Amino acid sequence: MFVYIARRVVYVIPIVLSVALVCFLLVHITPGDPLVAILPADASQELAQQLRVAYGFDRPLPVQFGLWLWRALHGDLGSSIATGRPVLAEVMKAVGNTVTLAIAAAAIGFTLGLFFGLIAGYFRDTWVDKVATSIAIAGVSVPHYWLGMVLVIIFSVQLNWLPAVGAGPGGSGSWAWDWEHIKYLVLPAITTSVIPMGIVTRTVRALTGDILSQDFVEALRAKGLQETKVFRHVIKNAAPTALAVMGLQLGYMLGGSILIETVFSWPGSGLLLNSAIFQRDLPLLQGTILVLALFFVFLNLLVDIAQASIDPRIKRS
Amino acid sequence: MRIEKPTKSRLAAAITLLTLATALTLPQVARAETVLRIGMTAADIPRTLGQPDQGFEGNRFTGNTMYDGLTGWDLSSATKASVVIPALATEWAVDDADKKKWTFKLRPGVTFHDGSAFNADAVVWNVDKVLKQDAVQFDASQVGVTASRMPTLVSAKKIDDMTVELTTKEPDSFLPINLTNLFMASPTKWQALFDKAEGADAKAKSQAAWAAFAREASGTGPWKMSKFTPRERLELVKNDAYWNKDRVPKTDKMVLLPMPEANARTAALLSGQVDWVEAPAPDAVKEITARGFKIEKNEQPHVWPWQFSRAEGSPWNDIRVRKAANLCIDREGLKDGLLAGLMVPASGTFEPGHPWRGKPTFEIKYDLKAAQALMKEAGYGPAKKLEVKTQTSASGSGQMLPLPMNEYLQQALAECYFDVKLDVIEWNTLFTNWRRGVKDPSANGSNATNVTYAAMDPFFALVRFLQSSMAPPVSNNWGFINNPKFDELVTKARTTFDATARDAALAELHAASVDDAAFLYVAHDVGPRALSPKIKGFVQPKSWFVDFSPVSITP
Repeated sequence: MFVYIARRVVYVIPIVLSVALVCFLLVHITPGDPLVAILPADASQELAQQLRVAYGFDRPLPVQFGLWLWRALHGDLGSSIATGRPVLAEVMKAVGNTVTLAIAAAAIGFTLGLFFGLIAGYFRDTWVDKVATSIAIAGVSVPHYWLGMVLVIIFSVQLNWLPAVGAGPGGSGSWAWDWEHIKYLVLPAITTSVIPMGIVTRTVRALTGDILSQDFVEALRAKGLQETKVFRHVIKNAAPTALAVMGLQLGYMLGGSILIETVFSWPGSGLLLNSAIFQRDLPLLQGTILVLALFFVFLNLLVDIAQASIDPRIKRS
Repeated sequence: MRIEKPTKSRLAAAITLLTLATALTLPQVARAETVLRIGMTAADIPRTLGQPDQGFEGNRFTGNTMYDGLTGWDLSSATKASVVIPALATEWAVDDADKKKWTFKLRPGVTFHDGSAFNADAVVWNVDKVLKQDAVQFDASQVGVTASRMPTLVSAKKIDDMTVELTTKEPDSFLPINLTNLFMASPTKWQALFDKAEGADAKAKSQAAWAAFAREASGTGPWKMSKFTPRERLELVKNDAYWNKDRVPKTDKMVLLPMPEANARTAALLSGQVDWVEAPAPDAVKEITARGFKIEKNEQPHVWPWQFSRAEGSPWNDIRVRKAANLCIDREGLKDGLLAGLMVPASGTFEPGHPWRGKPTFEIKYDLKAAQALMKEAGYGPAKKLEVKTQTSASGSGQMLPLPMNEYLQQALAECYFDVKLDVIEWNTLFTNWRRGVKDPSANGSNATNVTYAAMDPFFALVRFLQSSMAPPVSNNWGFINNPKFDELVTKARTTFDATARDAALAELHAASVDDAAFLYVAHDVGPRALSPKIKGFVQPKSWFVDFSPVSITP
């Protein structure tokens, strides 16, 4: 197991470096002036050049990349051009808010997804399956930002039950796990959960149906095992794949949804990315993408390790 | 269980207690804090350190609220044009012998929010923060948004505690107008933060001090910072000690919330989370008003134009074509249809009533027959259409509804024998090309560009587009206009130092530009905002800015 983990960790290093290079290049090849946030279009060329030098954008790209990577390796992602605030602090605060949202959404989405998937798989081709599958398809198909707007119209504007936007009455800085704050989380969490719920339902349904049709299940039943115990075997066999899918979905959610966080003005990494993109704030954009990509890489690593610990066949391969 | 009947004396005691409790509670109700919550269109709180980013929305919310300039804008009227008035300077005059030197007399008795005095040293310090590169407080991040808005100012010198001398690189009568963009931050507060800051060198400490100053801002404005959560909320409280007693805020606290998405802002308003939203979703206006909210709007110093290429070979070099385009657009139809009333038809950069309007002889209006006649005179007709290409964006600051509006123009101009091609590019790319000009490859062969502009002051409204020396890479004369008459009138306006005569010169310049059909003038934005019926005392001036001081709200 230790060798397996060590090998997986070593694989992560080139992935991280590639991610760093790609995210640096991607933001630099996009058109537009990186100083647009602090330099109006009517600024003189002399002034533009003065600021380009001050911010180091006059240097060759490889030099800029080298300096950025060196500082990043030392935990310094630079400062936002637009605000002057340290990028790392901005990103970590936003990621913290997105994690709150992702965990709430995962709790809803995965619970419902597992439930619907298992019952749909177990009662395959019955009306139960059809209802559960319809819910899953709706979850995957409905644009989540649209659903968010509809939920806001119903529960905020019409019924006035839940807040439409924000992350608490005093902002996320004073977040507490009480109803006054949690009610701000309800609508964005439900909106975020629908896609993972649909995907997990469909995955688990397919897995359950497939496993139930295998010979060993027949053998277990033939041995007179209780149906609940048979089902436990089914769950255990479905777990590695379901876990991988849920890990990926959690990764997507931790990456933040630009659309959902914008609709709900939720101050997470998606809203931060949105702001960085529109302000052409390259250090913030690079830093946010890098941190999110690293999250994804490490989450995959954790899922791989978890899978291997559940299913010994994986580490043997 | 024994139930006691209340005796008369007990009843009397209970009534007395109840009355006393009510009497004690009443003053508290009367003193209840009034809070005004505003949903901004910005995705982040504009910078709070004195020189805001995010254009004039930044100045509106974190500039004019917490800070003052030497000069300011009169925002008290909804009907008159907003003009420059004294603020931290009480009077100013240009030197008779050297027109590059100005003397500004400062307002006595003004203090910053930290209690330190505003004086000539503070003015010099604030000029140096953006213009003197070797000053310890010099901050490159504040230079772009400031220096470009006062392009001729080079230095400041203290004459005495209450007098400063400002020097420009050339005679420039626009300086007092430009100075509305330089906000006075507290040097004392900054120095205290600098002394506490950590950093490898003075530059690093200076940056740390500015970062700290943004969290603990100190200006002289009518509002003081009380709580700042980056990217989420800024809370301002009224400055009871504000120097202009007429402008001490009538609301105790103002909370500013960034809400970049129009539907989210509208939902926040309708659900009672905020009391005021900027730019509500246009298709929600009916519901907003039906629920008792008010839509406030007024003509803004903003122009939605096509800026023509005047480079060699451009079809727009023919004045008949430029005039035909201006006569071919049914602006009222655009207003009543697509824009749901949220625009003012443009007949120039300034509309009648503005001191810089002048008396153009060419009347910009919808006259299809006259437009078609002009095009036929220029050699075009149903069988020979004139192909033109315009660059625009799908969205962007001040662009209103760029794509549908351009499609409307495309359809309207087809009636006048134009064949309009639209080159839709990303907003920042369009903006970058605006600086580079029509001859740059990024113009992609277009011969007009659709970038909206603010017309608050004469440099931004007229000079940067019309003066030949403002052609790229210097400034925004995108199409390389080279008209000796414009150059002469710009020089005249810039060197006329009597305010009334200067305004007359600017009016002459504006009239000349309309007569030349320098742009395709289409619309002015109206800065719509939706307000709760609980809000009283709001005046929407003809400006990008508003005065929050007279606004009151019932709790």
